Amino acid sequence: MSASKLPRRLAALLLTLLGAQSGTALAGDIAVRAGVLHTGTGESFSPGVVLIRDGKIAALGPAASVTVPVGIKLIESAVATPGLIDGRTVVGLSGAMNQPHDQDQLERSAAIQPELRAIDAYNPRERLVGWLRSHGITTIHTGHGPGEIISGQTMIAKTAGDTVEDAVIRPVHALSATLGEAAARHHGRASPGNRSKAVAMLREQLLKAQAYAAERAAAEEEGKPPPRDLGLEALAGVLDGELPLVVEVHRHNDIMTALRLAAEFDLRLVLAGASDAHMLVDEIQAAGVPVLLHPTMMRARGPEVQNFSFTTARKLLDAGVPVALQSGFEGYVPKTRVVLFEAAMTLRHGLDFQEALALVTLSPAAILGIDDRVGTLEIGKDGDIALFNGDPFEYTTRVTGTIVEGRQVALYEGEDL
Amino acid sequence: MVHRITPLASVAAAVLLGAASLPGAVQAATTAFAGARVIPVSGPAIANGVLLIEDGRIAAVGPRDTVRIPENATVVELAAGQVLMPGLVDTHSHIGEMAGADRSAPIQPEVRVLDALNVRSSGFKRALAGGITSVNVMPGSGHLVSGQTLYLKLREADTIDDLLIYNADGSLASGLKMANGTNSRRDPPFPGTRAKSAALVRQAFIKAQEYRQKRAAAEDGVEPPPRDLGLEALVEVMEGTRIVHFHSHRHDDMMTAIRLRDEFGFRMVLHHTSEAWRVAEEIAEAEVPVSLILIDSPGGKLEAMALDAKSAPALERAGAQVAFHTDDWITDSRYFLRMPAMGIRAGMSSQAALEAMTINGARMLDLEQRVGTLEPGKDADFVILSGDPFSVYTRVQQTWVEGVKRFDLEDPDDRLVAEGGLGALVDDDGANHVHEHHGGRQ
Repeated sequence: MSASKLPRRLAALLLTLLGAQSGTALAGDIAVRAGVLHTGTGESFSPGVVLIRDGKIAALGPAASVTVPVGIKLIESAVATPGLIDGRTVVGLSGAMNQPHDQDQLERSAAIQPELRAIDAYNPRERLVGWLRSHGITTIHTGHGPGEIISGQTMIAKTAGDTVEDAVIRPVHALSATLGEAAARHHGRASPGNRSKAVAMLREQLLKAQAYAAERAAAEEEGKPPPRDLGLEALAGVLDGELPLVVEVHRHNDIMTALRLAAEFDLRLVLAGASDAHMLVDEIQAAGVPVLLHPTMMRARGPEVQNFSFTTARKLLDAGVPVALQSGFEGYVPKTRVVLFEAAMTLRHGLDFQEALALVTLSPAAILGIDDRVGTLEIGKDGDIALFNGDPFEYTTRVTGTIVEGRQVALYEGEDL
Repeated sequence: MVHRITPLASVAAAVLLGAASLPGAVQAATTAFAGARVIPVSGPAIANGVLLIEDGRIAAVGPRDTVRIPENATVVELAAGQVLMPGLVDTHSHIGEMAGADRSAPIQPEVRVLDALNVRSSGFKRALAGGITSVNVMPGSGHLVSGQTLYLKLREADTIDDLLIYNADGSLASGLKMANGTNSRRDPPFPGTRAKSAALVRQAFIKAQEYRQKRAAAEDGVEPPPRDLGLEALVEVMEGTRIVHFHSHRHDDMMTAIRLRDEFGFRMVLHHTSEAWRVAEEIAEAEVPVSLILIDSPGGKLEAMALDAKSAPALERAGAQVAFHTDDWITDSRYFLRMPAMGIRAGMSSQAALEAMTINGARMLDLEQRVGTLEPGKDADFVILSGDPFSVYTRVQQTWVEGVKRFDLEDPDDRLVAEGGLGALVDDDGANHVHEHHGGRQ
């Protein structure tokens, strides 16, 4: 893994120059020497060193092979892993207080509102963002939550940054959809009143978006200004494969409905939650659909989710289905889950350490399509690192620091820098 | 009239019916569990230890070379890496489709959880899967007084009677649930402020004091007052036979609860106590036991914004008695052993964390003579773990209640409950509950 000194210095110099030119706010130089350095690729170094220059990983490997330049801050840690990734959350739109003024993850005025952007509601200084950050989570896929047929857009952000512009790495990632009981009722409107109606409404809207896309293409061909409809524009993005459709769905028949819709409209479907996925492993595998699995310790309350299994991650992995963990949405206490804790619980249900780590690092990065930047510790990737004083998944271990793009952004759980 | 089954009698009945006819029934009059690391909690851990049980009770505990195992005993050999420790005591749970007071009034001490539990709910099986053997099932926190709680042993049960615990005087082992702070604040007749909440509680207890005096006077030949179920329960509280389990989060609310306790002389356990770290010294000074819950993040409501696991070490340092609880469904009983590990994460000692799962909970339910440690004469309530109790890699393998195996990870039905899946949960709390995505309260 070790590069010869000259090219590395040149690379570091180049990176510094590039960083200076682009004026990256989060840029930083830092090095971590860990008793055990888990790279997330399956390779670990004991001890290992990772060197971050200008926010990016410049070198890593066995401690003896990596020279930390004079003047670079060196942090010692018992264990280090790639910064953790939350496959799906509403944190930042949903706040800790759980009062109307800090709950922006679900707009109840209509069943289908693809035009709602996550960046217009994300609060980067929300306490729960800090909570996740101080527990080693450096990247979140967040945005509008479950509860309406299409509740809005999602985004991908780093957990550091004082403004959404600082934090965001992909302003629009996906549209957030819901099938089943949660979308079909409890909204106080006449429609949708049941599952069939909800699906009919969604199909109708997707057909409208198809027509809209055709109309827009025709207008562009004729050199006329295209019609603008923010909602249909976003749906058109789903239809042309630009945006994934992340569908929160739990019951087995609703999962099949999601697969049916994906086939009909050739959607880039991502299943989220997916309590009953363990009953449909073959179907999900055949459809080639990834799963942002519900939190391991999601409360099994109610007919939608009561058949979930702690062993689903194992079953999906065995079938070759891409699977990552999400912290999901909590309506009460605790107001957010922490994927570090959720991944830990898979260890007693059939996953080994590297598999559990992948559920909250490389797998979500790959499913979200950001694995060129984050998810593992490799040269050129973002310098996002979580530090621990022991086995990361033991509850008796603490996170002792979080680094985002070479900058230490948390020192200790619950304590921000 | 409640049909009474003492713990001993129920074990005797199981023995008479025979092991073959009752799944998980007593396998022998005397059984020795040998070879595991035995954590009695009342003393240091014993490598290669023996737990000897007889007729549902603990006969002996100690190192293998010091415990005499009778010749007729069944010997269960355990691995050196396994851990055998007391059954866990959950001081605060809502399993079994429990129900308490309704919306008609803020103070309803006459309402009993006893009259609402569904013993066939898989909530009890989830608790066993988590290693819980004794549990205090409580009504919710949406009232100043939401009713009478119920202390249960998780025995084999066809009816609620099979789970009950009786005090020496024949009364049911049961507490009283109270709450302050925000959950119990609503539109009238509920209080709208903290001061009103306290005033309503004080008025109710003053009424109970008067009732108690009239009852005492009746013994001298005066006509007794008509029976009042609610006041009877409050009198039991003031007489110390019924412990108050007081839901409280904010530091000032906890001090209010202590003030009420001192005014009316009741015995009280503080529950949840998000901000206990702010008044740990005061709590210890007042000698009020605390049953803590540690969860994954703060917030969810305003009074839990300052929730911090550092309450656990703060209370320990201050010398307060600390237990943990699940508050199931807030945390799932199947993962109760996360709680002590999280306490240790925050700085609690291992011994305090062990006590917080066992003997301290027993003390808070007046059950410390029967459960909470592995000591001769106590109920044979214990769990067998695959390893260190605080490790995330460890699984609960077996749970025994009064000498009866009530959970076995090797049993397919039990395993289904432990791991989840189609049909794992039956009549569990909230089976008809909507999985809300927009701020549903529990």
